[in-house]
Amino acid sequence: MNLIKFEDFSFKYDQAQDFVLKDIKLNIESGKFILLCGITGSGKTSLVRAMNGLIPQFYHGEIKGDVFVKGKNTKNVPTSTLSRDVGLVFQNPENQLIAMNVEREIAFGPENIGIPWDEMDSRIKECIKITDIEHLRKKAPFEISGGEQQRVAIASILALQPEIIIFDEPTSLLDPKSAIQILNLLKKILLEKKISTIIVIEHRLDIVLPLADEVILIDKGRIIEHGEAHYVINGEKFLNSGVNIPKCVSVFQKLMNQNIFTGKLPISIEETKNLINSIK
Amino acid sequence: MEKKLENLQILVNHLTYHYPDGTIALKGINLNIYSGEIVGIMGKNGAGKSTLIKTFNGLLKPTTGTVYIENDEVNNVLMSKLTRKVGIVFQNPDLQLFANTVEDEIKFSLKNLNFSKTELENQIYLTLEKFKLKKFQNRTPFTLSGGEKKRLAIASIMCRNPEIIVFDEPTIGQDAEGVEFIKNLIKEKHAEGKTIIIVTHDIEFAIDNIPRTILMADGLIVADGPTNKILSQDQILNIGSLISPQLIKLSKFLIDLKLKVPEDVYIKENMVQFLGSYFKDKMGITEGGKP
Repeated sequence: MNLIKFEDFSFKYDQAQDFVLKDIKLNIESGKFILLCGITGSGKTSLVRAMNGLIPQFYHGEIKGDVFVKGKNTKNVPTSTLSRDVGLVFQNPENQLIAMNVEREIAFGPENIGIPWDEMDSRIKECIKITDIEHLRKKAPFEISGGEQQRVAIASILALQPEIIIFDEPTSLLDPKSAIQILNLLKKILLEKKISTIIVIEHRLDIVLPLADEVILIDKGRIIEHGEAHYVINGEKFLNSGVNIPKCVSVFQKLMNQNIFTGKLPISIEETKNLINSIK
Repeated sequence: MEKKLENLQILVNHLTYHYPDGTIALKGINLNIYSGEIVGIMGKNGAGKSTLIKTFNGLLKPTTGTVYIENDEVNNVLMSKLTRKVGIVFQNPDLQLFANTVEDEIKFSLKNLNFSKTELENQIYLTLEKFKLKKFQNRTPFTLSGGEKKRLAIASIMCRNPEIIVFDEPTIGQDAEGVEFIKNLIKEKHAEGKTIIIVTHDIEFAIDNIPRTILMADGLIVADGPTNKILSQDQILNIGSLISPQLIKLSKFLIDLKLKVPEDVYIKENMVQFLGSYFKDKMGITEGGKP
């Protein structure tokens, strides 16, 4: 099922010279972990702003085409309604956390959309359990670590029960182990069907690619590739796009160029090991 | 440069730092950094990395213990002198940039350095050229893209030509070109004999570009050594909440297969060469291509 549909959508910010999104045709389906990548300034953040109505309702400008979220046109339906379908978690959780303790933080969203108390209580309990933050329940969001803050930000978005969650560089401020734990947590939430689809913007492709079902590659405001992760990674467009190519991919790309290796490029260390084992 | 006493540039003895709210961020740091070194500082969020680098240019004064920059003890020297010697490029350029135009940002940084008017103008011109900021000269920094802001923040520190350059998370949010830019800048400054300190979580960047790494945990230095050794020992990785870079993982796997693996196979070019020979050998490939 199509959760988000872009129909020939183009957008130019007010007072900007060029269109930042150009002729976007895109279907986001349910049940996917999607990696959105592209170089700095390629239009990643603008694309996700268009997915929950921030473009055009908060960021104004010239529009062509339409975006539909679960059939609702983002031009007409208020962002407060759209945000129940599409949750956005920003890079820096500190910008998103406001309450005096973690429990209140998670309650803030559901409270504001008028969820009855008993349901809210059960949502809070569930979100705390999923994100494994029981021990933080009474702590202030500002006295916990970056990784813990990111978990709280995820819990507070989950409490709104959106179908789609978009993460804009969720791990950039985290140490590598915490980053992997957060991404694995997202995958688990998806597999347990607590959420329909997860879209992650990330520059550290080495840690996200092993989890991704699909990859969207954007360049100069256009989607230049979209498909299953192996398909995109093995394409010329990806390899020449200027994104950070993981080392296991680029080692095998070199071997391919030297005519020593043929086949699919491995997207994780596990796949690389299997590949080496297969020719033993 | 050799690790000799006369080359010692940063000397930290029994340093502690307590924040006014009671948090003890540094609990007794001892550290030597020599002129011309490239040193990485890694560790979990909250380990004390940022606090430590802020004592190098006088932004934070030691609670107890001493920090010497060359021959100056940071408590006894004017901050203006320290900031001339030690340039810190912070993680978030939004917190560093404040002038009305890109040119003013550079001009402000060069103020107080006693340049004549012509020298000043010349220096601004050279900096804008070098960091590809000429076309933004009259724009406000806040309308630049993330990558451009980062370049400006770096330029505004580099134009002062500090002897010690500290980068706080330079590769965050950077694409391949941005990372390449940082990498080349570090190489160039290293060739000029500058001392470079890089606070980072980016293990793939560290393994390729930083020879010595200091690992911090809970306000203390828990490991100090060659980056490839630090990033391949499970116990150290656990303390620092780190993981091994991909090619270190792969080289461990090759060792487990009982293959005779060169020690530096974690470097990409060496891995390509090693696997190339291995594949050729296994698959009976002769010169020029596939079997």
